[in-house]
Amino acid sequence: MGAVGSRRRAGGHAPVSETSTPTRAGPPSAVLPDVPRLPDSLVDQLAFPPRARYAEMVEAFKSVGFELCSDLCAVDYLTHPGRTLPDGVAPERFEVVVNLLSLSQRQRVRIRVQVPESDPCLSSIIDLYPGADAMEREAFDMVGIVFEGHPDLTRILMPEDWEGHPLRKDYGVGRVPVQFKEAPGPR
Amino acid sequence: MSEHDEHEDERSVPELDPDAELRARVAVEAAALRAETSEGAQELTPRGDTDPTELRREVGAVLRLPEGTYVDPGDIDIERRDDETMIINMGPQHPSTHGVLRLMLELDGETVLRTKPIIGYLHTGMEKTAEELTFVQGSTNVTRMDYLSPLHNELVFSLATEALLGVELPPRAVWIRMLMAELNRVSSHLMWMATNGMDLGSTSMMIYGFREREMVLTFFEKTTGLRMNHNFIRPGGVAADLPDGWEDDVDVICETILTRTYEYDELLTGQPIFRERTEAVGNISAEEALALSVTGPILRSTGVPWDLRRTMPYLAYDKLDFDVIVGTYGDNFDRYSVRLNEIRESIKMIRQIVEQMPPGDYRVQDRKVTPPPRGRIDESMEALIHHFKIFTEGFRVPEGEVYTAIESPRGELGCYLVSDGTSKPYRMHIRGPSFVNLQALPVLLRGGLMADAVAVISSVDPVMGEVDR
Repeated sequence: MGAVGSRRRAGGHAPVSETSTPTRAGPPSAVLPDVPRLPDSLVDQLAFPPRARYAEMVEAFKSVGFELCSDLCAVDYLTHPGRTLPDGVAPERFEVVVNLLSLSQRQRVRIRVQVPESDPCLSSIIDLYPGADAMEREAFDMVGIVFEGHPDLTRILMPEDWEGHPLRKDYGVGRVPVQFKEAPGPR
Repeated sequence: MSEHDEHEDERSVPELDPDAELRARVAVEAAALRAETSEGAQELTPRGDTDPTELRREVGAVLRLPEGTYVDPGDIDIERRDDETMIINMGPQHPSTHGVLRLMLELDGETVLRTKPIIGYLHTGMEKTAEELTFVQGSTNVTRMDYLSPLHNELVFSLATEALLGVELPPRAVWIRMLMAELNRVSSHLMWMATNGMDLGSTSMMIYGFREREMVLTFFEKTTGLRMNHNFIRPGGVAADLPDGWEDDVDVICETILTRTYEYDELLTGQPIFRERTEAVGNISAEEALALSVTGPILRSTGVPWDLRRTMPYLAYDKLDFDVIVGTYGDNFDRYSVRLNEIRESIKMIRQIVEQMPPGDYRVQDRKVTPPPRGRIDESMEALIHHFKIFTEGFRVPEGEVYTAIESPRGELGCYLVSDGTSKPYRMHIRGPSFVNLQALPVLLRGGLMADAVAVISSVDPVMGEVDR
């Protein structure tokens, strides 16, 4: 960076020279081994915890060194119920997919949680990963998953008075009727 | 307006307002409609109406950090009265917010206390659109997201599709992709240098940045046919081979831009006014950046050597020799230095790519994915049918889901792709680095001056096309 004089700092924290070391490093396979998994070519673990154990699983992954929540999104499986799932996981309409990243171990894990249509709620992981704030808001806005414990669960991309959740499969896609030359007019 | 009110007061006939009843009814109806349909306001609420816990969170979101990280409770002044502060809007139509970003800032005089970015003004439903387009058409759609690095968008979408298809690319396609991606990084960072210079009052930097970027865009036009939104990187390879004499063009670009970066050094890096405006402005620590999922140059400026090209190599980045640029303090100046030096690193990489570019095919010769060559269509009925099928129906992608991530100029650009076995993606989710990085704004702006807000927004380098998608 060249010779820089004494840098004044607005905040009081000391400069950090390396990544924060995990509190308890361990292989991700040791995290809640009873939760069903599937092999995946690009991530180290693809885990399918039940809804009640979702927060516990995220916390367990965080404690073995997954410092960064790189992505969170929701998928509506209304028209594709026959997807591949491990034994013991019943398919539900919605799925919340969380991608966690460990910088210290250079690994990724992906967590897929089944969320039923009748009660589209899931606990928020914002206390563990503050960066999930905007992502959970987006999943709420687009698919309508309610994240319990999120302090500011409002729409983020759509206007706040919008009705419906656009990325649900039963949300109508607007179509412009094609007007042909010989077709009778609207009146 | 006030004159009119005073006039009415003098006559003191407010009860004769004929519209009062109508207006009251409209207000009641509007409130009922809001209660029915609204999910809650997106705006920053006044201090007096905000719950203290929520206030603490909004004050830079720092108190929600994991234990052991830096928090000084004395910093968080929640006792301040409502009438001492002012909430102002910045944007969505503000020249320095780089698009339609709206910030609500709570100010105490010139000092920023709380910030809330409000986005969605450029939302065009690209993830929904992607479900209606085939995998062949998909890259046309995603290239419009981050319009300053379109090739990275195409790349991540193509990598995700290829991971689902399970096709192996010929080496030349991989290296052409790397060449284009690195050139695009140079042009994107130059654009950032230009706009950042402009925001700090250096008009010359703006002109220079655009001038050099134009060289790269001219090469893109020669190769892909378009300056932006190329649709060049497609599932199965790239759209065309590099044009004749591309080595010379790339060599001129590398030579010129590398020389010019040292001129930028003279113009900005050593200049006292620039240093004053960037050093110790908009600090963020590594812990805060990680907690807020911030990636890219902002994370690297805090000293975390995390670059997906190095740490989780894709394409053939493991065969290149380059350095990961990191900063120390995580302030505006470090973010500037990281980006300036990344231009130099990219040029170093481009030169290695030119040297090592393998011969061969630029797309995979799998008739299920790649259309037949033009010449075959005139001779062979099967080729004509294949061509027709690929461009009308597209190819079928096996059922499955995949998350791929690459290092875009702004950070980790991810694509989560779900296929149900048809020729259209069942769900495509793009993890936009700008979208996530914007969450750092409350931390970066907190306690700083209003005048520095412009510089800080610029240093985050948000591209609203990608934020709102």
